[in-house]
Amino acid sequence: MSELLLEMENITKTFIGVKANDNVNLKLYSGEIHALLGENGAGKSTLMSVLTGVYKPDYGNIYFRGKKVDITNPKHAVKLGIGMVYQHFRLIPTLTVTENVLLNSGECPRILNVKEMNDKITACSEQFNLKIIPEAKIWQLSVGEQQRVEIVKLLYRGAEILILDEPSAVLTPQESDEMFKTLRIMADSGKAVVFISHKMNEVVANADRITVLRAGKSVASMKASETNRDDLTKLMVGHEVEWVRNADVGDMGNCILRCEDLEADNDRGLPALRKACLEVHAGEIMGIAGVAGNGQKMLAEVITGLRPLRGGKVFFKDEDISKTTVKHRNRMGISFVPEDRLGMGLIPSMNLMDNLILKKYFHPEYSNKGLLKKRDIQKATDETVEKYDIKNAGIQREVGKLSGGNQQKLLMAREISGEPDLIVVMYPSRGLDIAATMAVHEIILEQKKRGAAVLMISEELEEIFELSDRIAVLYDGYLSKPIDVGDATKESVGRLMAGIGLEPEKDTDTKEAV
Amino acid sequence: MGKKHLVMVRRDKTPVRLIVINTAIFVVLALAFCGIFMLAQGFNPVSIYAQMFAAAFGSFSGFTESIVTAIPLMLCGLGVSVAFKMNLNNIGAEGQYAMGALTATGFMLFGPSVPGPLQIPVMIIIATLTGAVWSLLAAIPRAFWNVSETIVTLMLNYVALLLLDYLCYGPWKAAGGLNLPYSAKIPKTAYLPTIFGSEINVGFIIAIVVAIFMYWFFKYTTTGYQISVIKHSITAAKYAGINVKKNIIIVMLISGALAGMTGAVQVCGVLHRLQPKLPNNAGFTAIVIAYLSKFNPIVVILVSIFFGGLSLGSYTVQTLGVPSQVAIMIQGSILIFVLAGEIFNRFKFKRVGEHETVNTIE
Repeated sequence: MSELLLEMENITKTFIGVKANDNVNLKLYSGEIHALLGENGAGKSTLMSVLTGVYKPDYGNIYFRGKKVDITNPKHAVKLGIGMVYQHFRLIPTLTVTENVLLNSGECPRILNVKEMNDKITACSEQFNLKIIPEAKIWQLSVGEQQRVEIVKLLYRGAEILILDEPSAVLTPQESDEMFKTLRIMADSGKAVVFISHKMNEVVANADRITVLRAGKSVASMKASETNRDDLTKLMVGHEVEWVRNADVGDMGNCILRCEDLEADNDRGLPALRKACLEVHAGEIMGIAGVAGNGQKMLAEVITGLRPLRGGKVFFKDEDISKTTVKHRNRMGISFVPEDRLGMGLIPSMNLMDNLILKKYFHPEYSNKGLLKKRDIQKATDETVEKYDIKNAGIQREVGKLSGGNQQKLLMAREISGEPDLIVVMYPSRGLDIAATMAVHEIILEQKKRGAAVLMISEELEEIFELSDRIAVLYDGYLSKPIDVGDATKESVGRLMAGIGLEPEKDTDTKEAV
Repeated sequence: MGKKHLVMVRRDKTPVRLIVINTAIFVVLALAFCGIFMLAQGFNPVSIYAQMFAAAFGSFSGFTESIVTAIPLMLCGLGVSVAFKMNLNNIGAEGQYAMGALTATGFMLFGPSVPGPLQIPVMIIIATLTGAVWSLLAAIPRAFWNVSETIVTLMLNYVALLLLDYLCYGPWKAAGGLNLPYSAKIPKTAYLPTIFGSEINVGFIIAIVVAIFMYWFFKYTTTGYQISVIKHSITAAKYAGINVKKNIIIVMLISGALAGMTGAVQVCGVLHRLQPKLPNNAGFTAIVIAYLSKFNPIVVILVSIFFGGLSLGSYTVQTLGVPSQVAIMIQGSILIFVLAGEIFNRFKFKRVGEHETVNTIE
């Protein structure tokens, strides 16, 4: 059963000056689920791009079923039966599932017998217990369903090796359990499944074997049953990591933020927040869980004043701020770490100093009678860079050239300067490596300790559970009642993330006391 | 190793020296390109360029004349740059310039009498305010209803120029004389003084002061800071609570004010009266100058002098039979060549091995 299907040997791939892959080895057996674990920039994507024929390695060999192959282009990889599901799906929204699958298969008959093709594709997917509706248009499908279509695309083409790039990133916990079950069926049928991940728990729970990459090198390959989260973290980072946690859960003060029946529309004018009620207290971290795209952005933006409310009220320390400007809220002590780090929170084409003063250029600290205090700004930037260990090539350089972790640290540092009473943080660790994630988590916990109210919106359940005092879930614009972190389980939160048990209040219902 | 091939790599940082050298190379290429057309017309481009240069910069009087020609270009160029710095396309400097000249001269000729020493300041203030109001007509729709300021300012040019024509040919035409479409002259007391014992008028000093002020303003004031934030990212500006609408209005007002001021400076300094087509395309040439200067006010002054010399030179070679429009051809070619050449400021060529992959143009 477990025959050596593919071997990558001493793969080296250099991008000007940088070795993205440095003598990487990878063995794939038929019938296994293999996890490729590593931090951002460890070389996971490069390695998979070599395997799928997108990049040509400088050195190294690839053996497919024991025979040396030279994968020169993506088509060649397809012919060998190697297929990949990218993090951003490559589907055409206005076409049906069948049409998308056929487009990819290379068989495009002159006259399309839709019925026959639908049946063929259904048969193929049922073999692996993948539920799809062949005549549905892609845009009608949920993200989880779209991912299944991506997998069917590969299976229909007869892929023997399936590569999935961060497949659980867009799914609820239940959906990802379902997905991993499907992957298991495929592996059992003799295929090799590779998934890329940076989540240790997921890897330990679902993979047969794990290969860890660090800084372009393959540092270890082991059976999943013989390792654990801490060992893996150590391998990934290169040194011992101490996880930060919220140590004093439930210790909180006055109510800082109170939201009553918030209603707001998204950019397309469709309702995106439906009567959301919420309270956040001083010294409390309120975690908002949920799959991205369920109204998180709208919630953060109506609280910070960037988006008008259609209904409901926002109170900050018992003062109604529903109609006040961003600047006013900013001055009152509300700060915001937005989701789009470089699109909104920072200006990539401006330097560190200009970015640091973005919210406070008018403050006596940085300006006097409309004139910028260049020297003070420079000093403050130097201090910030030093205090938060922001690695940079000079504070006069563009922020866009910093690494993601350093950008986030700069952004956080700016938002907590001046000790705001309320901090709204969206996806604090998105795209960050472990060290940067730790640093960011520490900053958030420090703010709690200082007595600030923190509203943390995240899609990483681990982050939510490790930092929050209370957890609420956002699904399709409905905000659940908060649960104390001690009473919450991944299962209960996961059910809410899928909308189960989230009773939408009917319009005629009277308001419930919060 | 295998064979090497050339790829383009983004530069991390571009030294100023490199920008200067690149620009010079592409200006020369543009001149060579225009030379082809001169050759086709049977002229020797080298000797024509030499004569143009000699006329514009070869003598003290030529040089001062070039600067005089350049003064309106400087002021309009600075005005246009202010707007472009915030990604607002003020294409209306020509009209703002015309309106400034029109109201200032009109006030002097037909308004209440103003004591001699106050005449120049009054004319300059009136012209400046008029230019500001004229651009406000585009700024308000832009700020509040997102109406394209490009189109509105462009259209307002025609309104202003036609109004100027109408007044010069009609009600304001000077009585008697040669029956030319000129207004009466403003009093001598309103003429701008000249400096350096040359033809250069005080407008030159005004332009330099404005340029230095602008440089300082963008670097050291909070308003200048807000404008550059808006330029780089409107989303970030809104996130920071910066009032984008207010800044659009401010910037368009300043931009129009400078173009309007040009009207009074040119009337008081050179023309001393109104005439049709008074701005003589300075408002449009200013756009070319602003782009070539990358909106840097100090560079605007230098490029303006070069362009001033260029049009002066082209007038002198008319006597040889070369059409004076050659100046416009050269200006246009320089803009296209220099903008195209900018790719070498941002990228460099690098030889790499066969298997090496680099981040090429994204």
